[in-house]
Amino acid sequence: MIEFRSISKRFDDGTLAVDDFSLVIPSRRITVLVGSSGSGKTTLLRMINRMVDATTGALEIDGENVSTIEPVQLRRRIGYVMQNSGLLPHRRVIDNIATVPRLNGVPKKQAHERALELMDTVGLDRELAERYPAQLSGGQQQRVGVARGLAVDPNILLMDEPFGAVDPIVRADLQQELLRLQRELDKTVVFVTHDIDEAFLLGHQVVILEKGGRIAQKGTPAEILANPASDFVASFVGADRGKRALSIQTIDGAQVLVDGDGNLAGRLVEAGPA
Amino acid sequence: MTWVLNNLGLILELTLEHIRLSILPIVLGFLIAIPLGWVAYRYRLTRGLILTLVGLLYTIPSLALFVILPPLLGIGFLSEANVIIALTIYAVAIMARSVADALASVDPDVRQAATAVGYSSWGRFWGVDFPLAGPVLLAGLRVVAVSTVSLLTVGIVVGVQSLGYLFTNGYERGILASVLTGVVMTVLVALLFDRVLVLLGRLLMPWTRTRTAPLAKGAAA
Repeated sequence: MIEFRSISKRFDDGTLAVDDFSLVIPSRRITVLVGSSGSGKTTLLRMINRMVDATTGALEIDGENVSTIEPVQLRRRIGYVMQNSGLLPHRRVIDNIATVPRLNGVPKKQAHERALELMDTVGLDRELAERYPAQLSGGQQQRVGVARGLAVDPNILLMDEPFGAVDPIVRADLQQELLRLQRELDKTVVFVTHDIDEAFLLGHQVVILEKGGRIAQKGTPAEILANPASDFVASFVGADRGKRALSIQTIDGAQVLVDGDGNLAGRLVEAGPA
Repeated sequence: MTWVLNNLGLILELTLEHIRLSILPIVLGFLIAIPLGWVAYRYRLTRGLILTLVGLLYTIPSLALFVILPPLLGIGFLSEANVIIALTIYAVAIMARSVADALASVDPDVRQAATAVGYSSWGRFWGVDFPLAGPVLLAGLRVVAVSTVSLLTVGIVVGVQSLGYLFTNGYERGILASVLTGVVMTVLVALLFDRVLVLLGRLLMPWTRTRTAPLAKGAAA
């Protein structure tokens, strides 16, 4: 469990990026922080591995205040996956995946064996092990990034818009893969995105942020969509328009659903037992 | 041509000597420039000051340096050390800026990613920043090598043997072939150093040769 307690962050230039933020992130679930730029979502994520330190307030991981943990040690036990993969361009795929175990002093041979297993886990052909990152496609690079994040088998995986730079088809693929991985590996995932569709697809808990890290609403996707807490949320999730604003029309005695753009979304049927 | 054939032994000896004397200033200059360039890169405010001061060293005439250094350092006027130290100073003058530029050329995203996964700052410098600065460092080093090989010839005025001997010898005795041979051999030695550096770069930085389009093999995504 990760707990933010009255966290504020003022940067050196005076900007208040996060103002009195409190949140509990449950273990073994995917929590998505979603908001537009300036909402402080990335700043909040980076506080968990101390890439950014809070100005005031406390951040605890399983009851341990992170400010008491040496940052380098802390980062080596938390997986981190970022946009554009963040791979080391001068290291082969296998060495990139083995980066953190090697930093922790795991012998090369053992770290490489583990790296090959992880390539299987994230759906990468082992043949790619000897390639350099520049020789991979964007989607492959992201998979390597995820494998590297998992290399020390961390409890926590931080993901900072990891699928933001890949094309929509590959992104959909990677999203499904992440859901599968989380089910199989039971990690606590904290995921940052500006894409509400991605947030609803992936998040067990979705936290919608306004400027300055103010929580506009948090809950399951269903809770948020059913009861948007404010006009801001309603507009942000698009509850009043497009493909989320479904209306019922009766055609030849059957009820069909039409979305806000007038496109057919489906047919209304009796819900079976849950 | 007859002169060349009659003096092959001398030419070979001077060439080897020239190569031997060039190596140390290049290596030392590189090593000393690393911390200087790092400070200039790391602390923005010092950048202008350090790089300007170090750069100015290059404008000191070599003859003046040969005269100033011995009393300053307590070494002999006619010693190899005098020439080697002077050439090292010139190498640092060129290389410090290259190191600062090279470190600045590293993608900040990669730097940040390395920190995020748990590199310490010392570990990141040698494991990430330094190797990724490699291509720009190499470019600077190639300039240093050529400059050093060429400047070394001046060392003959304080009696340190190098291909420069062929210049003074040719001039004093009116043998044009000697002067020309000196020029050609100096250029060849400079080219040799350049080739070796490029080759070393290829060996030590294999990733720079693979900037090809992504190959569509393996997993689809």
